[in-house]
Amino acid sequence: MKRYDVLKEIVKTLNHELVVCNLGIPSRELYHLKDRNENFYMLGSMGLTSSIALGLAISQPKRKVYCIDGDGSLLMNLGSLSTIASINPANLTLIVIDNGTYGSTGNQKTHTSGRTNLALIAKGAGFESIIVITNKNDIKAKLGNQGPDCNFILIKTNPGNANVNIIKLDPEKMKERFMQSMYKPLKN
Amino acid sequence: MNVNLKLYEAIKDVGINLLLILPDNMIQGLIQVINEKNEIRQITITREEEGMGIAAGAYLGGMKPAILMQNSGLGNSINAIKSLLQLYKIPILLIMSHRGVEGEKIMAQNQMGQVTFNLLECINLKYFIVNSVKIIENFKNAMTLMQDNSESAAIVLERSLWGEDS
Repeated sequence: MKRYDVLKEIVKTLNHELVVCNLGIPSRELYHLKDRNENFYMLGSMGLTSSIALGLAISQPKRKVYCIDGDGSLLMNLGSLSTIASINPANLTLIVIDNGTYGSTGNQKTHTSGRTNLALIAKGAGFESIIVITNKNDIKAKLGNQGPDCNFILIKTNPGNANVNIIKLDPEKMKERFMQSMYKPLKN
Repeated sequence: MNVNLKLYEAIKDVGINLLLILPDNMIQGLIQVINEKNEIRQITITREEEGMGIAAGAYLGGMKPAILMQNSGLGNSINAIKSLLQLYKIPILLIMSHRGVEGEKIMAQNQMGQVTFNLLECINLKYFIVNSVKIIENFKNAMTLMQDNSESAAIVLERSLWGEDS
């Protein structure tokens, strides 16, 4: 299982969820699989995926927010885990696709390919709901299972990128369509 | 009305409804007022750059956030200001105490303190210096700029604001 296989499973579940996606190839893969107004593609500020998603979850408490982060990105902003766990927004699901590499820059190893365990770091940060997935058939069921706590879902994958194009959206226009997607009433 | 209360009123008057806070000695009185009033939602952040991310997300979702920080945190946040706030034109107010200038007792603050305005100019983040009684006017000017241009701005709080006791 590679990142692209995980994203394929995630997009199958998407309905009205707001998605914040890590920069680089993860965002490009998501854009290629299913571009939607409710996707916020990061183009810079590496590490801040989970922080942006937290701000969204706070300001849109009736919406489900998915944060799609990576191991390299999360390692840049570990403090975010303690902030998110302290607030514990039930509408936020933090999905970390952990392929043990900096995938967008040539697959150099991150520390999660060695001794570092992000699920244990999340536990120490105070997360109540921590799920580790190693089989792609489990992704859909685990994502749908929302309890009273913020979910931390660690998905262990192999390294590797899909061959996908760059995102051809103007950052400001992408922001505007993302914001407008929230003004529409939710249909369930 | 004391300075901390005036600052608090200014923050409230311009409609800020989420404060992302990393404490500094100079703003401890203001933080105390924010806690006592308990009217504006506040979140303690672990690093200023993290605050830029949370603020951006909260703005996208319809809130009016500000970050309350020390000027040293500007150094921690430059990439986020450029490649998140300015790239997507997300207007966030950075309220920062200015350490490391006249009256500073801790020498280590001087390195960042002396380049703070240069840094703000270099990254094209417009700023408003608050060092007198005209507090609310500067907050309002910053908000007008932010709303008109969809750009982030900074309020720089100078030590002289609090007088001799700070």
